[in-house]
Amino acid sequence: MQFGVFTVGDVTVDPTTGRPPSEHERIKAMVAIALKAEEVGLDVFATGEHHNPPFVPSSPTTLLGYIAARTERLLLSTSTTLITTNDPVKIAEDYAMLQHLADGRVDLIMGRGNTGPVYPWFGQDIRNGIPLAIENYDLLRRLWREDVVDWEGKFRTPLQSFTSTPRPLDGVPPFVWHGSIRSPEIAEQAAYYGDGFFANHIFWPKEHTQRMVGLYRQRYAHYGHGSPEQAIVGLGGQVFMRRNSQDAVREFRPYFDNAPVYGHGPSLEEFTRETPLTVGSPQQVIDRTLGFREYVGDYQRQLFLMDHAGLPLKTVLEQLDLLGEEVVPVLRKEFDSLRPAHVPAAPTHAALVAARDAAADLASAEGGR
Amino acid sequence: MTRRTLAVVSAGLGQPSSTRLLADQLAAAARDELAARGAEVEIRPIQLREHAHDVVNHLLTGFPSAALREVLDTVAGADGIVAVTPIFNASYNGLFKSFFDVVDADALAGRPVLIAATGGTARHSLALEHAVRPMFAYLRAPVVPTAVFAAPEDWAGGGADTALRARIRRAGGELAEQVDRRPAAAGPADPFALTTNFEELLAGRDPA
Repeated sequence: MQFGVFTVGDVTVDPTTGRPPSEHERIKAMVAIALKAEEVGLDVFATGEHHNPPFVPSSPTTLLGYIAARTERLLLSTSTTLITTNDPVKIAEDYAMLQHLADGRVDLIMGRGNTGPVYPWFGQDIRNGIPLAIENYDLLRRLWREDVVDWEGKFRTPLQSFTSTPRPLDGVPPFVWHGSIRSPEIAEQAAYYGDGFFANHIFWPKEHTQRMVGLYRQRYAHYGHGSPEQAIVGLGGQVFMRRNSQDAVREFRPYFDNAPVYGHGPSLEEFTRETPLTVGSPQQVIDRTLGFREYVGDYQRQLFLMDHAGLPLKTVLEQLDLLGEEVVPVLRKEFDSLRPAHVPAAPTHAALVAARDAAADLASAEGGR
Repeated sequence: MTRRTLAVVSAGLGQPSSTRLLADQLAAAARDELAARGAEVEIRPIQLREHAHDVVNHLLTGFPSAALREVLDTVAGADGIVAVTPIFNASYNGLFKSFFDVVDADALAGRPVLIAATGGTARHSLALEHAVRPMFAYLRAPVVPTAVFAAPEDWAGGGADTALRARIRRAGGELAEQVDRRPAAAGPADPFALTTNFEELLAGRDPA
């Protein structure tokens, strides 16, 4: 099982000081968080993609390429890549390039983006969100899998004899997850291709995650990729920890009360009850996180949101120490011991290459018979 | 015997509330008429005041608390709805509007609604026609012809046979008739149900 962090990349005033970080500080903080993630033994760093203030990560492959150069093991991902407003041709090129530079330590989570005004800036319309996600991703898959593509669709100019370069590393495209909070069409899309499904699992009741993952697993089996429990599932999560749980609540409360998305609404206590947010001791985080598999089944990837709402970098790095040293080792051991043998491990480039080669060997053995 | 449920939504803020009183009388009138037509009726009163914080939280977070989810499911799953608001500043009050803002846009389509209001003066009575009725028209809910407005002088009459009483009986009867001519409600729609498949999505066909 893979554990890691995902960041939204918001520039938010620290409510305890009244001061926002500069964009420069925030960008450098995101890098520091990624490096820390590797240092404390986490597996994945994922960055959001946004094209409007107060967010900084408009250019994910620039950020991830820089982090790739400064890390050895960390798998670099996105949370999410905007499959609606990005040109699929540019996604194919950018992430294949990143995949080479990072020696395969790259995958992507596709998302639609929910900010209406962003779409027209890129020539699109939010009302076409689902059709864009479907058409663009279908083209992206072909660009990574077919050397020469002739293509015509509704949303971009046709392609004739187009070759996306560089070709994916070892001829194996990056693994793709599809993320959605409550659109069954996206669970269906992930299931159809046998791709992963990532449930954001923050800010929303667990019932959304449970229903979406259940649908994805059922349709994954329907499309013949394996049994429902063999489908590839990732979850988000949001935690704040101190050794003493009262200290965690006291320190996090002003950030919670003023946070983008849910601030000035429900109380911290209501929100921790209604959503997977956990504020408390490392043991409380371990217990709550282990409970996730009771409603989604055995899953492959757990990412935590650690750095939003204006939390200072120093605090976030302390959180990553607790996560890496006290929480994840226990979770890793417990989840691995609970997972049955027929449930696959989290996807990696090496595993995808091995699977491709094994399939080719099988095919040639059958052909020779 | 057909089982029917009536969701009775009251946005009154006072306790006791004349808005709630009017809602209860309307619900009873509709129930009596449905019972006369052979239905077994369950009345589900919803006092929005009790859910005011949850309604605002839903507006801010995009999802209802477990308690509010139950209320929304009650409204979406009812055979008929009685919706009563005090008139503030020539329209429904903010709590009434906020509540119906978090009801799923399709949840009330085809669902009979009886609208009513209370106010400090009869000069507010047409707010039912220019504010409340259009909102339910937008939600594609058939609103019965008689909308009931109760001003202080309507309550002052006292006797059981006042003009207000007559309007309540007429409006309740109209709601009952609309409910009676429809099959029982199927319950709230499942937002996570898959209504298409990938071949259709890929072909760019609109779901039926």
